[in-house]
Amino acid sequence: MDNANMENIITVRDCWMSFGSTHVLERINLDVAPGEFVCIVGPSGCGKSTLLNIIGGFLRETKGTVAVEGAPVTGPDPGRIFVFQENGVFPWLTVEQNIGFGLLSRPAAERDERVKHYTSMVGLTGFERSYPRELSGGMRQRVEIARALAADARVLYMDEPFGALDFLTRLKMRADLIRIWQAEKKTIVFVTHDIEEAVQLADRVLVMTKRPATIAEEVRIDLPRPRDLDSPGYLAARDRIFSIMGMDAHGGGAV
Amino acid sequence: MNRRALHIILPLITGTLALAAWHMAVKYSGSDIFPTPMEVLRGLGELAQQGLLLKYIVASLFRVSWGFGLAVLIGVPLGLVLGWFRPAFAALNPFIQILRPISPIAWIPVAILWFGVKDTAPVFLIFLASVFPITVSAMAAVQNMQQVYLRAAQNFGLSGFPLFRRVIFPAALPQVITGIRIALGVAWLVVVAAEMIAVNSGLGYLIIEARNAGKRYDLVVAGMVMIGLIGLLLDWLVRSLEKFDEVRWGYGQR
Ligand SMILES: Nc1ncnc2c1ncn2[C@@H]1O[C@H](COP(=O)(O)OP(=O)(O)OP(=O)(O)O)[C@@H](O)[C@H]1O
Ligand SMILES: [Mg+2]
Repeated sequence: MDNANMENIITVRDCWMSFGSTHVLERINLDVAPGEFVCIVGPSGCGKSTLLNIIGGFLRETKGTVAVEGAPVTGPDPGRIFVFQENGVFPWLTVEQNIGFGLLSRPAAERDERVKHYTSMVGLTGFERSYPRELSGGMRQRVEIARALAADARVLYMDEPFGALDFLTRLKMRADLIRIWQAEKKTIVFVTHDIEEAVQLADRVLVMTKRPATIAEEVRIDLPRPRDLDSPGYLAARDRIFSIMGMDAHGGGAV
Repeated sequence: MNRRALHIILPLITGTLALAAWHMAVKYSGSDIFPTPMEVLRGLGELAQQGLLLKYIVASLFRVSWGFGLAVLIGVPLGLVLGWFRPAFAALNPFIQILRPISPIAWIPVAILWFGVKDTAPVFLIFLASVFPITVSAMAAVQNMQQVYLRAAQNFGLSGFPLFRRVIFPAALPQVITGIRIALGVAWLVVVAAEMIAVNSGLGYLIIEARNAGKRYDLVVAGMVMIGLIGLLLDWLVRSLEKFDEVRWGYGQR
């Protein structure tokens, strides 16, 4: 995908962010093309969530411009759904009520259909009537992912959505997400601290520096999907990101 | 032993021991004014026969229902509004914090001045006693609501009344119910105190009257026992609200 000849769906220009005297983001510039899958990686506490929350309309940047779908961001939008790092599932609603939360304006039949579809996709069939407090952390995370997908948004902002999942579930969720993204032509901005995950998912990986953070480099991942995790291209991309972050792929420290 | 049996058998044992100790203490001290448990039971029977027991209980519950009911009707919406709108909070919270620590007992002279010795005075006192815990807990519930619920709701396009109904209210509800429970306890505490001064029926009136008109301490203690039992029942009623699935998430794992 080449974003030079396409109108960008997300544009961040010279964005700065401070919380009081804590400078978190510095001179962030980024573009996302329609239908693109972009991952943001960076060390813990560098400002990934802050950046995504600014793009999502939940925080106001201190300085700079942020535009999404052709208009400056002034707040959240139902066409652009956020999956929160701290679980945002409503504890007073059942699994199916949560997953259908964004669909209340739809006809009941369609709503039930979508709820059923996404419930089974995230492997929660049989738990429709359960309350979040009866679920494990990973199951709650899957409820939130299903709620976001069911809402049929054009853009998804996902903040470490697979953080609480076990290895196998995470692999399955990645594959499902890629499938949905390819089928439904969504734009996805995905924050993770897992470099391998970023390389498996993204068209492009943006690597952030330590705080005050800026985007150190972007790595384009031009590999066909489904991706072969042993291919030289995959390993090269992964090692490149590790080295940008000052590590080697075998857990070594700064060079 | 399973949990249920534990919660029935152990209180029965402690209760029996306490009654025995009470009985012994009265016998050995040789007091002929302070009643034994049996005498209290007989006193209760006497009151029940005269139809006074039920009458006084109903009178007390009637006052609590009005005072407490009004406090819920006003306190819950007021607290939710104060928790949500910062200017309203800034304008009213100082007054609430000043009024709140004033004991309802201190209001008794004022209540008599304003409402005379009719039922209105104790109802007013009960209202005063319970409206603050309810308001403050509803206010805190909204202010302490997890930000992520609000953000998720706004993300789905909710604002105004739907936002309130579908997210803010359910998110605040567990803590609101806790406030209501505390307030009902306080209301019951106050109805008895209020009835000691201003009225001629109710369990508080029974206690004062039994002492003044003939040192009937068996009836005094009978009144105290009824107050305790009804208090327990009221608390149990509100506590059963906390079992509903919509709010159970708010009370931790027990
Ligand atoms: N509301 C806030 N007030 C003050 N400081 C904040 C606030 N939110 C975030 N910060 C600070 O901003 C920095 C970046 O936080 P952020 O949550 O964006 O990091 P992150 O990259 O998402 O980290 P992680 O990978 O651990 O989730 C942190 O140092 C944090 O302490
Ligand atoms: Mg984060």
